[in-house]
Formats: sequence, structure tokens, C-alpha cells
Amino acid sequence: MRVALFLTCVNDTLFPGTGKAVVSLLRRLGCEVDFPAAQTCCGQMHVNTGYREEGVRLARHFTEVFAGYEAVVVPSGSCAAMIREQYLRLVRPGSRGAADIAEVVPRVHELTEFLLDVLKVEDVGAYFPHRVTYHPTCHSLRGLRLGDRPVRLLSRVRGLELVELPAAEECCGFGGTFSVKNPAVSAAMGADKARNVLATGAEVLCAADNSCLMHIGGTLGRQRAGVRVMHLAEILASTETLASTEAVG
Amino acid sequence: MSTTFLGMPGNFPKNAEKAVQNSQLRYNLRKATHTIRGRRASVVGELPDWQELRAAGKAIKDETLRHLDRYLIQLEEAVTAAGGHVHWARDAAEANRIVADLVRATGETEVVKVKSMATQEIGLNEALAAQGITAYETDLAELIVQLGDDFPSHILVPAIHRNRAEIREIFLDRMGDAPAGLTDEPAALAEAARLHLRERFLKSKVAISGANFMVAETGTLVVLESEGNGRMCLSLPRTLISVVGIEKVVPTWRDLEVFLQLLPRNSTGERMNPYTSMWTGSVEGQEFHLVLLDNGRTDVLADEVGRQALRCIRCSACLNVCPVYERAGGHAYGSVYPGPIGAILTPQLRGMGSDLDASLPYASSLCGACFEACPVAIDIPEVLVHLRAKAPHHPAERAGMRVAGWVFRDGKRLARVQRLASRLRRLVPRRLPGPLSAWTDTRDVPDIPAEPFRDWWEREERHGRA
Repeated sequence: MRVALFLTCVNDTLFPGTGKAVVSLLRRLGCEVDFPAAQTCCGQMHVNTGYREEGVRLARHFTEVFAGYEAVVVPSGSCAAMIREQYLRLVRPGSRGAADIAEVVPRVHELTEFLLDVLKVEDVGAYFPHRVTYHPTCHSLRGLRLGDRPVRLLSRVRGLELVELPAAEECCGFGGTFSVKNPAVSAAMGADKARNVLATGAEVLCAADNSCLMHIGGTLGRQRAGVRVMHLAEILASTETLASTEAVG
Repeated sequence: MSTTFLGMPGNFPKNAEKAVQNSQLRYNLRKATHTIRGRRASVVGELPDWQELRAAGKAIKDETLRHLDRYLIQLEEAVTAAGGHVHWARDAAEANRIVADLVRATGETEVVKVKSMATQEIGLNEALAAQGITAYETDLAELIVQLGDDFPSHILVPAIHRNRAEIREIFLDRMGDAPAGLTDEPAALAEAARLHLRERFLKSKVAISGANFMVAETGTLVVLESEGNGRMCLSLPRTLISVVGIEKVVPTWRDLEVFLQLLPRNSTGERMNPYTSMWTGSVEGQEFHLVLLDNGRTDVLADEVGRQALRCIRCSACLNVCPVYERAGGHAYGSVYPGPIGAILTPQLRGMGSDLDASLPYASSLCGACFEACPVAIDIPEVLVHLRAKAPHHPAERAGMRVAGWVFRDGKRLARVQRLASRLRRLVPRRLPGPLSAWTDTRDVPDIPAEPFRDWWEREERHGRA
């Protein structure tokens, strides 16, 4: 199966390891992966901060870049939710833009949806001998309604000990530009999330969205807490021969 | 006494920053919201038809709002036919003037009040005070707020920010007839308030209330409450004046079946509230006046996305699940409507002319917990994003967003910026300057990689797979 990877601007710029992990994982599962170089950003930051016009331009750019693909995989719950839930609200119903978006949107899958619903694999053949806790992230949980998909994937990883995160469903406080527009509340939410992560005794905090992990990881890092944050794809890409995805590159 | 938020200075981030540092407030709020949250979850969870009820509540409200003019006229006819008097108030000033005139006509200078959001919204108590009329709040929490010269901080539990030790002090300082040996036991505090209020109920000739629902078909008003103070106020005084927002109307008596299930379960977390009072027009010789309040509601109705906020039944479930409200507290929102619903209602009712009101649509991480809890399915995140597009933007932010948008419009342009960032990555300071310092005050900056993903990909494609 030929799939296009929409890596997202945050991952492309700051977390290339996640991109390499997705590529490695999808190829291992028999997919042919393409990374259209014209891709940029889904427009979430602009739309959610109140810059709708810029957001509309980026939505149009996204639909142009990914128009021809059978499947588009997005390793970010919030960017996938942006495309699936918000794009159609940005354009006039019945317009050409709306038709273009409606054509692309059903083929856009968040990574865990793609693995379980399209490829129909639960055991991706991963090996990761560490104590891991999972943060479900708001847009994956309440937006895309991923449900237990990520946990099902993690529970089939050999060697992995999955520990439950207390108050897992509560927002970490990132919220995009919320993190700098309301820094006090954002930091207070982040501190509570970090405390819950530490209470699990996990070595690794995992999520399917690097934006939230950047905030929680940044908070844990500032505390010198000694807990690593990892995108789910990086854990799923790990095998006995390929312990760390950084080795892929 | 000043319990209105109109013209309050500051903005949400600044107000919240102070609240976040108040550990007692944080403790009080966390304990109270989590208790109600848990109760709500269990009584909502036991309903097999919760989603159907929620959909019905939404549908009834949408139908009502679509034909609001018709239902309001029907309501007016029914109330009038039952011996009541109906007044229409365009805004707060007009509503306050109508109520003050009605009270003055009775010759009384004291009124008792049933807990009401609409009268808080218009600052009725202050307006009456200016006319020499004293309004006494009779809901326990409203009494605490009023005695303490304080602002309400929650829709259901206005004194949620106070603990019992603080309440005891307020009673001893301000209640006059508080018993000398008053302890901070909840039962003792409630008894002191009960005795204090009993006098007022028996003496007062005029009562002022709001209403949770108004039935267009029958002209019936409905108040749901827990303490029985409402029943006293509604039934004892000779004159009853109810100030109600125009969106509180429902078409038929049967529609109450849905809302009398939705409201208590989502509000106090009870299957049924202790007191439900219903009255139609003038009952047993009591003079009844209904003041229908617009105060910005028709403007909200004109907004296709924002109008869903008018479905709100003031249950406060969204406040109790909101992680931002839990940490910022109600006062940070500078309005009688705090929390997620306040963040979409206040800027629509008051406009975004002040710094505070313009900051409210941003007082959310868009986590969606409010939407999930809302019994009438108000998509609060959708409305927040919609209002952000209408909010005034800071020129520097606008410029930054334009540049970012320009970069993102072209993959090659983005690649050049990414490569530049990678080249300069060693120069990124641990503490960032300007507005980005808000990030590095409490969080580390992620390491910028030696190359963006796209450069690795290009190499990999050119040389074939590794």
C-alpha cells in the first residue's frame, strides 16, 4: 500500500526522529511511504489563535499537496483532528474548496487509526523493554476518539511494561499558543501532569502527539526529573535489532 | 457593596497568574470541583439514554431559538391571561429601571432575592441600592458572597472559593445576629444562616427571582433549587418580580421532562433537586411581574456559530470539568459567568472592547472536556475559536503570524527556515527573549536537530534506502 506521510511542521522541524520512526514502522509493515516535499503545516496554530485567513490558505495548501494519495498518515492527534474536524468549517458549504476538502479528509488517518483500522495490525513486532506510561492527549481522546487504540498497540510491544497514568484524561496545559498566552495556568497544568507522570515510576512518557510531549517533557526536563518522553511511533518502531529509532537516520 | 464585574480591570492571564499562586484557593477549588465532578459522573453514567437526552435538550433549545419571537409572544399571552404582567427590557439599564419602579410602587424599601444569574448579570442589587432599596440574597452561597462584599466565582456555587473557616469569619463579622459561639461546622453555619434568613422571609413583601425555564404554552415559570429559600421567596411575599433572559423559554410543558432530568444531574450531581417551584401568572392574589431580558442576547442569536451559547441551562458542568477554571478560579474571568461557558458568553454579551473581555476567548487550552460534559452539547471549543477570529489581535502577534503564514505557504521556504534554525541551533539560549520567555520560564526548549526530517528524507531517497 502506498501512503503519504504528513509529518507536521513541528515534527519535521524539531522531531525528525519521529518521522524516521514512522517511515521505518510503515515500511516494516509493507507500506510504500512517500513524503511530499511541498508539505508544510496544517494551519492549526493560525486557526486556533484567531488567524483564520492564514489558516484557510494552509488548509488549501494541504489539500493540494495531498489530493492524489490513497492514504495520508499523520503522527499527531491534534493535527489530524484539525484536518478532520475543522477544515470543513473554514470554507463555505457547497464551495469548490469544500468539495476538495471533503475529498481528501476521509483518507487522512492518525497513525494509530491507520495501523489498526486500515492495516489491521495490533502487534507491529516491536520490542521495547522499558516501563512506560501513556498520556492520551485531548485531541486524540475527545477529538478523534482514538479510544484504546494506542494502548492496544503498546500492550503488544514485547518487553514493555505499561503503567496507568493517574488523571490521564486531563489536559497537560499545552494548548498551542495557550502555553505562552496563559503561561501561569499552562505551567500549573503542566506541573500537575508531570507530578502524575512521576507518580507512575515510569522511565518513559509516551503520547501520540509531540506538541504535548514538548510541553510535558520541557517541564520534566526543567525539573531534572529523569523521565524521557517518546512519541508512540518511536516505541513501535523499536525492535530487538533496532533499539533506538535514532539509529535509523 | 459591589458585586458586579462591569468595568473590571486586568485581563484573564494576569488575573489567573495571581490565582494560580494562591494555594488555599487552589485547594478549595480542586476539592470542590472534583467532588461535584465525581457526583455528576456517577448520576449521568447511570442513565442509559444520556446521549439521547442530550440530543433532545439540544434539539428543543435550537427549535426554540429558531422561532424565539413566536415563543416569546406566546409566553407573554399566556402569562398575561393568567393575571401576570410582562415587561420587555432591551438592556441592563432598562431592566433595572423597570424593577426599581415596580418595587417603589409597592412602597417597600427591602426585597428578598432568589439566586439568579440574570439579576447578577445586570447588577440589579447595586441599581436598587442606588434607589434606596436593599436587596437581600437568600441563597446560602449568595449570602456569603453578599456579606463578604465579594464576587461570585461559580454559577452553581458562587462562594466555591471560600472554605468554612473563612465563611465563619464572614458571618461573625457581618451578619449581626450570628451566634457568639459559632463554629465552622457546616451544620452550625447553615443554622446561623437559616435563623438570619427566616426573619427576612417573614418580613419581606417583595421578592425578586430569575427562572430556569419558562413554558411558552402555559406561561409557567420554573425554578430549581436545593435549599428551600427559593420556595419561601416565591410564595410568601405579596409581589413577585422575575427577571429572566429571553433564551430561557421552552415551547411546551412536555419539554420540561427532558430538562428536569438534565439540569440536576449535571448541576449538583443529584438525580433530582430538592425543590422545584412552578407558578403560572398571579397565584393566590400575589402580584406577578415578568421582566424579559435581552441585554445582548439577540446579538448572540444573530451569530450562526456563537448562538449555540444560548442553549446554556446554567448547570456549570463545564466549570467543574475545566482544568483552566480549576486553576484560575472564577474571579479571573471578570464576569458572573466564569469558566468555559463564560469564556464564550461574556465576550458575546458584552463585546470584546475591554482588555479583559478580549482575553476570554483565549482562556482555554481547547481540551474539549467542556463540550463532552455539556448537557445541551454546546461545542464550546468551536465557539472559542470562532471568537478568537473576531478578537482584536496585538500588532506584533499579527506580524509574527503573517510571517509564519508566509513561510508555511511554501515547502521550499519552510525548508530554508528549518535549515537556518539547524545551523544556528547552538546559539539558542536556555531562556528565550520577549513573549517566548513565557515558555522558558517553566519549560526547557527542545533541542533543534542537526537537520530537519525533510533533508534526511531527500538524502535517503537520492541514495536509495539505507
